[in-house]
Amino acid sequence: MINETVEAPLGMTAERQAVVTEVGAAPPKDWIIVTRGIKREYDMGGEIVRALRGVDIAIMRNEYVAIMGPSGSGKSTLMNVIGCLDTPNAGEYWLNGKEVSRMTDDELARVRNKEIGFVFQTFNLLPRATALHNVELPLVYAGVAADERKRRAKEALARVQLETRMDHRPNELSGGQRQRVAIARALVNNPSILLADEPTGNLDSTTSEEIMKVFESLANQGQTVIMVTHEQDIAAHARRVVVLRDGLVASDDRRSSFVEKIGLAG
Amino acid sequence: MQQIRVQKLKSFFTLLGVMIGVTFLIAVVSIVGGMSRYMTDTLVGKIMAVNSFELRHRPNINLGEHDEGYWRELWRRPRIRETDAEPVIASLPDGVRWAVIGNDNLVVESKYVAKPQQVQTYTVTEDYFAIKRMEPAQGRLLSPQEYERGMPVIVIGEDVAKYFFPSLDPVNRQVTIRGIPYTVVGVMEKQGSAFGVSFDKFIIAPHKSALNRYVNAHGVIDAIMFQTQSREGLQTAMESVRQVMRARHGLRPNQKDNFSLETSDSALEFWNKIKSYLVMAGVALPAIGLVVGAIVIMNIMLVAVAERTREIGIRKALGARRKDIMSQFLVESAMLSTLGAALGIITGFAFAQVIAAVTPLPAAVELWSVLVGISIGAGVGIVAGVYPASRASLLDPIAALRQE
Repeated sequence: MINETVEAPLGMTAERQAVVTEVGAAPPKDWIIVTRGIKREYDMGGEIVRALRGVDIAIMRNEYVAIMGPSGSGKSTLMNVIGCLDTPNAGEYWLNGKEVSRMTDDELARVRNKEIGFVFQTFNLLPRATALHNVELPLVYAGVAADERKRRAKEALARVQLETRMDHRPNELSGGQRQRVAIARALVNNPSILLADEPTGNLDSTTSEEIMKVFESLANQGQTVIMVTHEQDIAAHARRVVVLRDGLVASDDRRSSFVEKIGLAG
Repeated sequence: MQQIRVQKLKSFFTLLGVMIGVTFLIAVVSIVGGMSRYMTDTLVGKIMAVNSFELRHRPNINLGEHDEGYWRELWRRPRIRETDAEPVIASLPDGVRWAVIGNDNLVVESKYVAKPQQVQTYTVTEDYFAIKRMEPAQGRLLSPQEYERGMPVIVIGEDVAKYFFPSLDPVNRQVTIRGIPYTVVGVMEKQGSAFGVSFDKFIIAPHKSALNRYVNAHGVIDAIMFQTQSREGLQTAMESVRQVMRARHGLRPNQKDNFSLETSDSALEFWNKIKSYLVMAGVALPAIGLVVGAIVIMNIMLVAVAERTREIGIRKALGARRKDIMSQFLVESAMLSTLGAALGIITGFAFAQVIAAVTPLPAAVELWSVLVGISIGAGVGIVAGVYPASRASLLDPIAALRQE
């Protein structure tokens, strides 16, 4: 029997603790993500699956966070909630100063468009569209004019060193290039957070390193990055690692202590 | 749109229903429009000259269903007589042309062909040809002296010339009617035909000629034709003719006219009635095609939504709202359907032209039918696309992204 009471997880700092416990209050400005006791339950044919059982997370602007956990730990559900693809059954979720946990589908769509840049394991590029058009897509839904869209999409592709491949379709690009197109697409709207779901899951280790370098450099440029992964060596690239277990935060720590714990060098 | 390009064959079959619907619509509209134009411009102009009306004892054209009383009343009517002509004509405003007409179907013979034939025979006064705008193709019209003296001369229609004078010049040759020879002085220009009925089977002689005796009983005429210079003058002229005739027939104010004044409008009324039935058929037929087309498009769009679930998920994740997804699929569906309509317009016109070429039915391209066809195409696409598009827009992005 799992303990139902929500305790401060391992590594939770007092500052974060203060932010997550002030239920109902808008968090201070620099706290870009604050979840307070979010719960998410699914009805799977009469059986209630409790994917999240009261998750408190507080992430500041410019942080580079990995969310880890074994399968079934609720990390995908948490990612969907953080990514505004899903809403919690209980608890609050504040994203960039707005409470998004009670928003309608269309409001969430606007938030996703403005605040979140997604990078998926399977890239999720439109197969029939060119790299440039794929990158333009979020701007289309933001209502940006066509020439401005092109300009910004080219800029974003340049940021991932793909400006020469912008007229290629996804099937004409390598896996690493596809993921870089996806990163460009995620960045094109200048989102508050870059949300990556197993970004290297479909890539070989060399390409994975290449993608991790892109993330690293984005984090260095001040981009808030949140990465969901089950691979420890990938999580080790982040500066902070949140570990989920059974729908609760098991630990939330700086990278150094995480690396120490798993016994990885550097 | 990419989808349409990629799957050309599938798209084509999808379009077939809408295409056939619009094809029928355009074909029917073209043919009805062509007939309508033909009726107003040509046919009615041939039966009835422009801005003209006829005084007859019974109407030439009887529209719709009438009871026995109506017919009995017609049969009781007095004939129009020669003596009516003078006072009627005297009452006319200035500038109104008139012609007295006698007409019957008479047996005509010529020595060049063995078999006599019945021909519509007219005896007319001088202005007849001017009112009808008829010109001779060979020879000449009847001369004033010939009218004045009732000479045994005639002008004939092309069919009559061909029948009675095969490979001969009819001018100055003769036909015989009731034993009396008449000399042909002219052959009139071809008048054409409508629905297989020729307008070139006629013989026209001066009203005072001997022929008039066989056309009508003594002192009786069939009609007086009037032509005013403008459409506005028509009513005035008709009213003055009506008043004179009512007085001559001794009608009391509460009695109805016992004579007819027919204009080209009365001839058109007949056509308009047929036209409304044709248009009804022309709408019902394409409607079936369009309904089938709509169902096919709806199915194809449902398949498209299912196939592109993941794409919808991606778009939603990137910030597409319901209405964005909705309009994407609606535009696609409308494009598909409009493309079908455009093809239908082309085949419809081709179809109409083929029909016009192989049957006596005329065809005319009506610009408005193109616009109607295109809007119907877009409309069908939107209606058919609403359900698939709303299904797409309601997809859960998480489930959609998980789809392989």
